[in-house]
Amino acid sequence: MSDLLSQDFLTALIAGGLVAAVPLLYASLGELVAEQAGVLNVGLGGYMLLGAFLAFVITYNTGSEWLGMLAGIVAGAAGALVMAVLCVRMNLDQIVIGIAILLVAEGATSLLHGAAYAESRPSLGSPSELAIPGLKEIPILGESLFSQNAIVYIGIALAFVVGWVLKRTSAGLSIRAAGERPEALDAAGVSVTATRTWATLCAGGLAGLGGAYLVIVGAGSFTPFITQGSGFIAIVIAMLSRGRAPWTIVGAVLFGLSLSVATALQLIGVNIQTDYVQMLPFVVVIVVLVLFARRSYLPSALALPYVRGEK
Amino acid sequence: MRARVVAIGKSTLIAVVPIVLALVVMGILLAALGRDPFTFYADMFQRGLFEWQGFQESIIRSAPLLLIAAGLIVAFRASLWNLGGDGQFLLGAALTAGLAPSLLDALGVWPMLLITMAIAMLVGGAWTIIPAVLRGRYGVNEIITTLMMSFIGIGVANVLVKGPFRTDVGGVARTDVVPFDERFPLLFGTRIHLGFVIGLIAILAVHVLMTRTSLGLRMRILGASPRAALHAGLNPLRLTVIAFVLSGALIGLSGSVEILGVQGSFRADFNPAYGLLVIPLVFLARLNAIGSLALVIVFSVIQIGGESAAREADVTSDVLLVLVGLMLLFMAVVEYLRVRRGLGMAFVPPEVADRLRPPGGEGGGGAQAGEPRPALGAEKAGSR
Amino acid sequence: MTSDPTSAGPLLELHGITKAFPGVLANDRVDLELRAGEVHALLGENGAGKSTLISILSGMYRPDAGEIRFQGREVEIDSPRAAIELGIGTVYQHLTLVPTLSVLENLMLGSHGGTGRLDLASANDRFAELARLLGVDFASGARAGALALGQQQQVEIMKALWRQGSRVLILDEPTSMLTPQGYEELRRELEHLKDGGLAVVLITHKLHEAIELGDRVTVLRAGRKVGSLAPDDLRGRSESELSARIVEMMFGEQAAELADAVEVEAAPAARESPRRELGAVALRVRDLALDADDGVVGLSGVGLEVRAGEIVGIAGVDGNGQRELAELIAGQRRPRRGEVLLFDEDVTRLGVREREARGLRYVTDDRLGEGTVGDLDVAMNAVLKRIGRAPFWRGGTERREEIDRFAEGLVDRFDVRTPSVQTRIATLSGGNVQKLLLAREFAGEPRAVVFNKPTHGLDVRTAEFVREQIREAAGAGLAALVISTEIEELVDLCDRIAVMSRGEVTGEVENSPGVEERIGALMVARAGAGVPAGSAS
Repeated sequence: MSDLLSQDFLTALIAGGLVAAVPLLYASLGELVAEQAGVLNVGLGGYMLLGAFLAFVITYNTGSEWLGMLAGIVAGAAGALVMAVLCVRMNLDQIVIGIAILLVAEGATSLLHGAAYAESRPSLGSPSELAIPGLKEIPILGESLFSQNAIVYIGIALAFVVGWVLKRTSAGLSIRAAGERPEALDAAGVSVTATRTWATLCAGGLAGLGGAYLVIVGAGSFTPFITQGSGFIAIVIAMLSRGRAPWTIVGAVLFGLSLSVATALQLIGVNIQTDYVQMLPFVVVIVVLVLFARRSYLPSALALPYVRGEK
Repeated sequence: MRARVVAIGKSTLIAVVPIVLALVVMGILLAALGRDPFTFYADMFQRGLFEWQGFQESIIRSAPLLLIAAGLIVAFRASLWNLGGDGQFLLGAALTAGLAPSLLDALGVWPMLLITMAIAMLVGGAWTIIPAVLRGRYGVNEIITTLMMSFIGIGVANVLVKGPFRTDVGGVARTDVVPFDERFPLLFGTRIHLGFVIGLIAILAVHVLMTRTSLGLRMRILGASPRAALHAGLNPLRLTVIAFVLSGALIGLSGSVEILGVQGSFRADFNPAYGLLVIPLVFLARLNAIGSLALVIVFSVIQIGGESAAREADVTSDVLLVLVGLMLLFMAVVEYLRVRRGLGMAFVPPEVADRLRPPGGEGGGGAQAGEPRPALGAEKAGSR
Repeated sequence: MTSDPTSAGPLLELHGITKAFPGVLANDRVDLELRAGEVHALLGENGAGKSTLISILSGMYRPDAGEIRFQGREVEIDSPRAAIELGIGTVYQHLTLVPTLSVLENLMLGSHGGTGRLDLASANDRFAELARLLGVDFASGARAGALALGQQQQVEIMKALWRQGSRVLILDEPTSMLTPQGYEELRRELEHLKDGGLAVVLITHKLHEAIELGDRVTVLRAGRKVGSLAPDDLRGRSESELSARIVEMMFGEQAAELADAVEVEAAPAARESPRRELGAVALRVRDLALDADDGVVGLSGVGLEVRAGEIVGIAGVDGNGQRELAELIAGQRRPRRGEVLLFDEDVTRLGVREREARGLRYVTDDRLGEGTVGDLDVAMNAVLKRIGRAPFWRGGTERREEIDRFAEGLVDRFDVRTPSVQTRIATLSGGNVQKLLLAREFAGEPRAVVFNKPTHGLDVRTAEFVREQIREAAGAGLAALVISTEIEELVDLCDRIAVMSRGEVTGEVENSPGVEERIGALMVARAGAGVPAGSAS
């Protein structure tokens, strides 16, 4: 039993958990902003894949991880731009378009990866530029917590910043109004279309960055469908956070740890089926919902198009 | 009569245009990758449609997809977003594969087939009860809950297959194989199995249910307006549960059909992710069962033919995801343009405009893709 | 606010404004002039094009033709933002507050134009300033959705005046949510605002309001400006003289034909109604209580009786529990306590359909969202409450001919204008939808019917048709409970009028001349002193 507290285990658990949690954190944070503005991005996983793929291509070809991260943001935002044009501007159904974007992103990244890298299967090597020097010398936790790169800390800080922006700034008010009562925002002279577009792009950019992290820091290479169900898990986290951005950290860490605990256990010789552990957070959430759910609150105009003059 | 023909022609055109556009864009993409799109498409239709063997394959592939489509239509018509199809499908498949061998030994072929299908329906339906009750009673968003139940279902299916149902034969974790002769009977000397008939019956039954019966009408009313449902004295909670369970049962049955018709056993981590692929088709057909039937078959042809064409062209078969996604995008855009054109009739009196618009009643604006336009957050149907 | 003298030319001029929607010419070459320090009443019956005109003024719609001049300079109001920047503030009839945000957050929405940090301190100062001007009694931190409707309207007015330097205030049917006392308050507020040099546009369909509150009146009919009265025309003429002139403008040649209907609008007075034979108590509710919830007004101790052949009215400002009461009677809600009796049979535990079958019916005020399903055709909506029942359904499958025949019968009897019963109901006008709803609820053997705002939003002719149907049915022995926010209508229609306020029945009066004042007093009264108000959640 004492094995459970061994350094190997903790290091593997926390390091693995963070690697899994960071993409979830970014994606769910972006999705939370979009949902507050009334846009549901079923294609969130698609943005992540686009970000992951372009980040891989750029990092591989330039050697710069920072450029790769930037490419991830751009690619994710490009995916979200399609969503914004079709759903925010043209008012098409968000769920249908979201699924379409997800499918195209899955297929296209797999196709392009197959065409360009199927033979060579290159990998990036361990990330070098992003680490924060010094902190990792702290015993036991230092290795796992502080050998992390700046992206982790930026993500955590960002969760609080987003929380503050939503609550205390004019832009935040506009976003919340766009999701709750878009006609009120419109009457107040702020463009619902613009607000929702920016929020959607924000979801795309952050999800793309999450995908980039997954490839550059997590896996070290791109493989088709690398995000698996992360997009959907991030949507779940965003919805469960109910508009309070810092809660995405809790959600992302919880789900991230559950994804990594099985691997960590194997490291110390405990062989437990990953399926059990990966189901666990979902089971917990369902049980909590069954026991306590009086009402889960979502913005009332979520996934509904806004047309001026229509009730 | 003539107007009817024109109307059918029009709606066919509306369904065909996005498919053609998607094929064109895909062709450009393939050309950019140095593949000849014409060869690709020729291979695709040759293999999936014109070759007898391939065509049979396509029909076989359509069997589980028809059942999923039927299940999705029931839920979506009631504005219930059952996005947990994969979990329901895999549970149905895993239980069928796990129980079939011993049932076969104990009872023989037909009892085994009937019992496993019944169990798959039960478990698929049961898997939706929590989302249904949470939605119907407390208004908890069913997208989150069905997705989560789906992840749990996928996990449970794998746990079962790697645990109690695991075969003693070494190698990858999987269930015992049901011998080929003791699966679904084949039809008229073809390779097409009974599952296709089951799928066909299911989708036609759903069509009748949704268009001709009081239960179907009740579910549509719930989907169109929960407040009107309450006003009309319908029981939203009960209807939500019925629609969800029916949906889950059909999708669970689809898992069973895939095992009993094609796979014969369940390998660990088997997940064809049909759920997400069928959703677009169902929308493309505007939640109409007959339209879905046609599109599922077209899609099966594209999938079977495309897999083979992709092998020939040396690209991944994931290329088909791009094709389906593009179809969906173009469908939405075509629909948008059509509705906008309808808005041009500014000075036409409403009665006349109504007659000018294509029947089916979507001309009025608003619902671009599929008739019901559910609100995710606002409606708390059962909580009033 | 400016202190420009009112004599300087018009502040805002509209010339030849035209706006068409599919099937309707909502505004046809309309002219309008606004002057600082004046209330300009825009009068017309429902559907005359008033709302479209102010939507153009507030930048929600762009006109197809016509020009707008602000201080003599041609301007383009192509967005709400543009209107706000010109100093035009609008209070919409359908409130546009975000219920989940606080009052202050609602007021600050979009006010910076920027995206930066909210300046809470100066916002609170401005709130205090406007709170003094308007005399409001809620805190800036209160959640907007938790306020009473009247208070929400005050927030809307604050929102319209929020920007320093407001020049024009548009009020769309502002009195629809006010008690008679609230109306007096509004009148005083308007005086204040006028003194401050504001130009006010007041939209109303009530003639006496236009005369009382307006310094200038413009009348719209069927999208066209059909007449106007300048301050000189309004001064020194008796109210009845003005009424007669305006009625003629509003209704033209139809004025005589619609005399009865117009009277309800123009000169509210208890009508000498033929005494009906009153029968046994048909509908009785006792001690009904309901818990308040998000968007649901709580009720406490509500009791009422309606006899067969009697028309009982429920007066009160919208949102004081009338809808909840109606839904409790119809069976769409379950009360926490109390009972509903139909001819002494306790139906409290029964569902909507059982009550419907026993002759207890409900005509909802939300015709499109609740009463009908827009995507279904007229025939299906006609049998909406009989789904699954013979002869329309047998063995669970529909009998289309039976349904169509039944619907055609209703359409004929109530003169519903529809191309066919297979037409989607969403394409019908509000009046025709209401006729179909009446027909539906009157079908079979109705014994007690609750009418929730039965003439709301209808044109005068249809409104009178609806009232006539209710009178006739009562004459034939129906027990009718009519909920309305228009006292005039209740006075015209009812034998007895109960008043609801904050989820309680605060009193009941026999209909007799001069009853309006007592109703007004009851609207702000509390049933039992010290009883916690249900609506203040």
